[in-house]
Amino acid sequence: MSISAQLPLEDYEHGYYFPDQSVFKTKKGLDESVVRAISARKNEPEWMLNYRLKAYQTFLKKDFPNWGADIGDIDFDEIYYYAKPVDKQQRSWDDVPDDIKETFDRIGIPEAEKKFLAGVGAQYDSEVVYHSLKEEISKQGVIFCDPETAVREHPEIVKKYFGTIIPHTDNKFAALNSAVWSGGSFVYVPKGVHVDIPLQAYFRINSENFGQFERTLIIAEEGSFVHYIEGCTAPVYTTDSLHSAVVEIIAKEGARVRYSTIQNWSGDIYNLVTKRAFAYKNATVEWVDGNIGSKRTMKYPSVFLKEPGAHGEILSIAYSGFNQEQDTGGKVVHLADDTTSVITSKSISKDGGISTYRGLIKVADGVKNAKSRVTCDALIIDDKSVSNTFPYMEVTSDDAVLEHEASVSKISEDQLFYLMSRGLDEESASTMIVNGFLDPLVKELPMEYAVELNRLIELEMEKSIG
Amino acid sequence: MQTLTIKNLTAEVDGKQILNGINLEINTGEIHALMGPNGSGKSTLSNVLAGHPDYTVTGGTISLNGEDLLEMSVSKRSLAGLFLAFQQPMEVPGLTIGKYLKRIVELRLAEGERMNVSAFIKDLKSNLDTVGLSHDFINRYLNEGFSGGEKKRMELIQMMMLEPSFAILDEIDSGLDIDALKTVATGVNKLKGGDFGALIITHYQRIMENIKPDFVHILYQGRIVKSGGRDLVDMLEAKGYGWVREEFNIPEEADEYQRTIAS
Ligand SMILES: Nc1ncnc2c1ncn2[C@@H]1O[C@H](COP(=O)(O)OP(=O)(O)OP(=O)(O)O)[C@@H](O)[C@H]1O
Ligand SMILES: [Mg+2]
Repeated sequence: MSISAQLPLEDYEHGYYFPDQSVFKTKKGLDESVVRAISARKNEPEWMLNYRLKAYQTFLKKDFPNWGADIGDIDFDEIYYYAKPVDKQQRSWDDVPDDIKETFDRIGIPEAEKKFLAGVGAQYDSEVVYHSLKEEISKQGVIFCDPETAVREHPEIVKKYFGTIIPHTDNKFAALNSAVWSGGSFVYVPKGVHVDIPLQAYFRINSENFGQFERTLIIAEEGSFVHYIEGCTAPVYTTDSLHSAVVEIIAKEGARVRYSTIQNWSGDIYNLVTKRAFAYKNATVEWVDGNIGSKRTMKYPSVFLKEPGAHGEILSIAYSGFNQEQDTGGKVVHLADDTTSVITSKSISKDGGISTYRGLIKVADGVKNAKSRVTCDALIIDDKSVSNTFPYMEVTSDDAVLEHEASVSKISEDQLFYLMSRGLDEESASTMIVNGFLDPLVKELPMEYAVELNRLIELEMEKSIG
Repeated sequence: MQTLTIKNLTAEVDGKQILNGINLEINTGEIHALMGPNGSGKSTLSNVLAGHPDYTVTGGTISLNGEDLLEMSVSKRSLAGLFLAFQQPMEVPGLTIGKYLKRIVELRLAEGERMNVSAFIKDLKSNLDTVGLSHDFINRYLNEGFSGGEKKRMELIQMMMLEPSFAILDEIDSGLDIDALKTVATGVNKLKGGDFGALIITHYQRIMENIKPDFVHILYQGRIVKSGGRDLVDMLEAKGYGWVREEFNIPEEADEYQRTIAS
């Protein structure tokens, strides 16, 4: 039983949920008819249906990865692959059904929007129900919508890029997502356009046993800039649920894309996400990836540095508590000269949680002047908890500089005593040490997210000691 | 007036008895100095007072205004008005000083009382000025990468922000340059008065020139062997601790013991 299931609902900040009012749901389990039903429901063109069907065949053929966290107990027949809570896309906040609004209210979406949201793509179950984009940005030619809309309204762009960064043949879960994807975000930034305010989307699972398979595609044309932010809080359930997203990013010459995620899944979710970016000449892609909660997470955002001068950066933050395993890290492939990358990982393990850093730096044959720095710091809070580090390097070029630093630390009794001697109780003192450990990374997040992450860590720390 | 009373205190660490029956009473309004050779148990006494889990009290009592201090948790002792400036302050990477101090000051607010943040910041800045640290320290991580002297000053800042009833300053003057010594004195004297008492642990007489202690105690092998006024300090400066042994007829075997525990 997961820790969240043991707690009364009101004890878990985001553990409320509302009666399942899905308007439409596919049957439990997955077969070709389910894939067809999803596609039909979305009135998709033939080419997308065919893509889904091909992907479904790939899914059947692919095995589970034979490494990483143990995910063998996922029962694909027990999952609903599609649920649609409301019939039509809502344009204004007023039109959003009350219970959905209330859910959003508690996550704080309207607040966030008031403050600095450019566009809000909020996902309730598998369909985007609320979406607004400030006028200035659409005037600049930026497209920010759900991928269904993009398929309908911008098929030429979608066809050109969809599945080119992460083909459905990539891995079993990418295949699954490609077959049943629903919702997510589509972002297109034209040449030279700088989107000043972060684009944000919120995802939330609110149907029991319901797998969420959102699909995100971000295309940044030459010299453009965009920061996309995604945050997740999931309600508490007692049975396992699957989240398997695919995120593809293309950063063309001189473009910069930053993608920040903080995920706080409840303790019963399998979180298996494939994230990959292609960075072209002098382009920069940054992934900031915070993982809190979930039963098992496997997530290794990656950047392929395809042309000279490209730069990739991955910041990974993981917190594993009771019954949780975070198998996270990053991957950078240096395919061209003068490419640079930085991977920074910070993990915290507590109450028997397992945090694993798994990373790969690959420098292709003949590549000149590639530089990469990998830093992994792990903090272990108690003797029951575990931290692993698997930093793989595959380097065939002889003109590459690779640095790797790893540290594992424990909260020291003297540190705790020092803080407690100022009046802090043990829990607050260790929370301060943990937040301090994360601070250099948290500073990279927008203010609002930094605050949220700190608060989430506090909740997690309270959960087990109390 | 408040009172901190230590009676017949014995304590051990790692199975070794270090404190061999300490008797000491400190009232608010009084400044006490505690001197004694290396390894005589000065920091052990500080740690026992603050409640460090490695130190076991094997006998005796400590009371704060009649309440049993030994029954209180580490944080409760602090909230009850006891403060320890550490001989070796810990580093807490990532914890900014501003955030940290705000939090520990907030802990002292009465229920329902809200912190006046601008007053807090004003206070903090003025205290930084007093000890001679730049305002940039507000955004530094707690003690991380601080020089020895900066760490000592940061201990003082914490004391000034928390305004304890009793402060134990464990070698606050070691590693400080002469100017800094004066600022330490300014810091302590700022609090000195009816509501504040201090136990200043030191090896040097210089700090006494600026902070004038009312009482001086000599700790030797876990016992306070002599208490007196400031003239004791001059005696020590002139004669060293060998004099103490002769004067008080401490048997050679005790020295033997001293060597054993020091090794
Ligand atoms: N945590 C500990 N574990 C083992 N031994 C300890 C510990 N703390 C203190 N001791 C021992 O207790 C004795 C007294 O140490 P203490 O630190 O109290 O001396 P002190 O008077 O503060 O000396 P100094 O002037 O050098 O600071 C020493 O022999 C020391 O090694
Ligand atoms: Mg000492």
